[in-house]
Amino acid sequence: MKTDIILSGVGGQGILSIAAIIGEAAVNDGLYLKQSEIHGMSQRGGDVQSHLRISDRPIASDLIPLGSADIIISLEPMESLRYLPYLKEDGWLVTNSKPFENIPNYPAIEEVMNELDALPHKVIIDIDRIAGELGTPRSGNIIMLGAASPYIGIASSKLEAGIRNIFGRKGEQVVEANLKAFDAGRKAK
Amino acid sequence: MKKIFLGDEAIAQAAIDAGLSGVYSYPGTPSTEITEYIQQSKTAQERGIHSKWCCNEKTAVETALGMSYAGKRVLSCMKHVGLNVAADAFMNSAMSGINGGMIVVTADDPSMHSSQNEQDNRMYGHFAMLPMFEPSDQQEAYNMVYEGYDFSEAVGYPILLRITTRMAHSRSGVNVREPKPEKSLKTLENSRAQFVLLPANARKRFKQLIAKQQVFVEASEQSKFNRYYEAPDTKLGIVACGIAFNYLHEMYPDGFLNPVLKISQYPLPKKQLLKLAETCDELLILEDGFPFVEEQLKGYLGIGLKIHGRLDGTVPRDGELTPDIVKRALGLPVQSYFAIPEIVEMRPPALCAGCGHRDVYEALNEVLKLYESPKVFSDIGCYTLGALPPFRAIDTCIDMGASITMAKGASDAGIHPSVAVIGDSTFTHSGMTGLLDCVNENSNILIIISDNETTGMTGGQDSAGTGRIHDICKGLGVDPAHLREIVPLKKNFDAMKAMIQEEIEYRGLSVIVPCRECIQTHARKAKKH
Repeated sequence: MKTDIILSGVGGQGILSIAAIIGEAAVNDGLYLKQSEIHGMSQRGGDVQSHLRISDRPIASDLIPLGSADIIISLEPMESLRYLPYLKEDGWLVTNSKPFENIPNYPAIEEVMNELDALPHKVIIDIDRIAGELGTPRSGNIIMLGAASPYIGIASSKLEAGIRNIFGRKGEQVVEANLKAFDAGRKAK
Repeated sequence: MKKIFLGDEAIAQAAIDAGLSGVYSYPGTPSTEITEYIQQSKTAQERGIHSKWCCNEKTAVETALGMSYAGKRVLSCMKHVGLNVAADAFMNSAMSGINGGMIVVTADDPSMHSSQNEQDNRMYGHFAMLPMFEPSDQQEAYNMVYEGYDFSEAVGYPILLRITTRMAHSRSGVNVREPKPEKSLKTLENSRAQFVLLPANARKRFKQLIAKQQVFVEASEQSKFNRYYEAPDTKLGIVACGIAFNYLHEMYPDGFLNPVLKISQYPLPKKQLLKLAETCDELLILEDGFPFVEEQLKGYLGIGLKIHGRLDGTVPRDGELTPDIVKRALGLPVQSYFAIPEIVEMRPPALCAGCGHRDVYEALNEVLKLYESPKVFSDIGCYTLGALPPFRAIDTCIDMGASITMAKGASDAGIHPSVAVIGDSTFTHSGMTGLLDCVNENSNILIIISDNETTGMTGGQDSAGTGRIHDICKGLGVDPAHLREIVPLKKNFDAMKAMIQEEIEYRGLSVIVPCRECIQTHARKAKKH
């Protein structure tokens, strides 16, 4: 198996936690992993992205070539569009529908939605709404991971184990809240 | 045991496992995580490995050389432009050589993700005539550092380890090796002839360095990090350096079609390059950064070998390599199925909401409206973001410390108001000497040291002068009547405006220190408690 994932969002939304959980699950599954990210200036409300590659064979490149990502997982709708040239012809785009508007020229949300609707394979969910309903407003990234989980190529049970490992230090309550968020994302339509 | 490491973390763990006694660094993306990893490492804490930040890269390399002099293994890490600051120490460490193993890490930033240039510091390795490593993956980075200390001690010289942003900030599985104990203090025989670089000694040392070059080349030829891959199609031979090898390998997972020479240790392995040149009709050079290998092989006149790379446009002259650039260079198709819609806008980073730099720029902009052609000379840090809307508050940003000195030069030329904006960490890194120049001439400038009590841009590392910026300025001789402090908050907006205007009107040197802790480090501390 081999899954190439582009993660995107705005600095501070938590894409690196998604990467860490998938990475943890992949390694525990005996898979190879390469994950490239950009730190530094982009932390401050700028766009952030990460290339995550998992495979049962050794992986050469740290970066995903254009036109070959299996999934784009994005915590922000306009940011999901920025990486479309990386997406495979039959790849999936999984994104949050709620815009993060911190620039004055953010496009009209209808236009963003039109672009998303035109794509052949997509999952668009409002993670902010779901997180609000769950009462865990900061679990949006884990809800998104749940929504993307069918396309990652790693069993959900193993991703859940990854959540336990990553959040274990923060106590059982945090682990449970994130497992609930993961499950809500998985069921979201 | 296999662990998932960033390239930076692999380097740090390898240094600890190789018996490191100290790391001396100044923060700079993408190198920062190496030193941070050692600071947080339990083993490093138990062993008492020195890991506090230094004032700048020059003090870092010099201190590292001192630890090496005492016989212990030492690491010094910086971003590429940091090695410019440390260049004096670095170049002359090649003259003195070392005692305990010494590795200097330069983290280059091709494509300038977070830097003001994309200089390729393999040039420095070449310039200093020192051996150099350039890993292609995290495991190799680990091995190079783990084994590099033995190599450094065997040849008696420091090693330059060159990584790029991708290597620094990419994660992968790494097998770690048996930890070694630290070295004991050891006195070198004849150490004065080695370390006292008076001309009489230096001339001898330079001859020794020149003689050593053959040893370095042979080491590269025998290095397991350099590898020659035979392949049938000899019309083209490919040289792939460091991480470029991964992008090439990605295209040929089941074996190369053309002969390939992977280079990860310098100086260039002559034997293998000769073989490649003799076997193949033409050569393609894939390297991240400058056409460093390409220029050496091609020569200035370009007569002889047919060589393709960044100089003939086969690979773009600037910017980092990607798998797609390598594909194009090989004539392979690059295909995208979906384009970026036109509605997608740029989303640049911005100063955090609530950041004190915001208050400073708002007040400064208001005051400067009163003047015809004010100039604001800024510096390297979060406050460089003051160049972007809504502030558009600064006219220059060149290098660490250049705000104060450029403001002085512009003022000397006749510009008024001439204002410098610099952060506290940048001030103690390279601003203090410039301030003394201004004190000595009572230069007609206003210096604003926007003090957030941390090194903010790189994620909130300790800043060398925290709590003492006022005293440092006073000690350097700034007139106390024109050395003023304020807390940059909304409620002090009018007071800050008045203060800025008064000090611009004063014909002489003024320093204003708006001081309020970075909201990011403040929030982090609040979370801990």
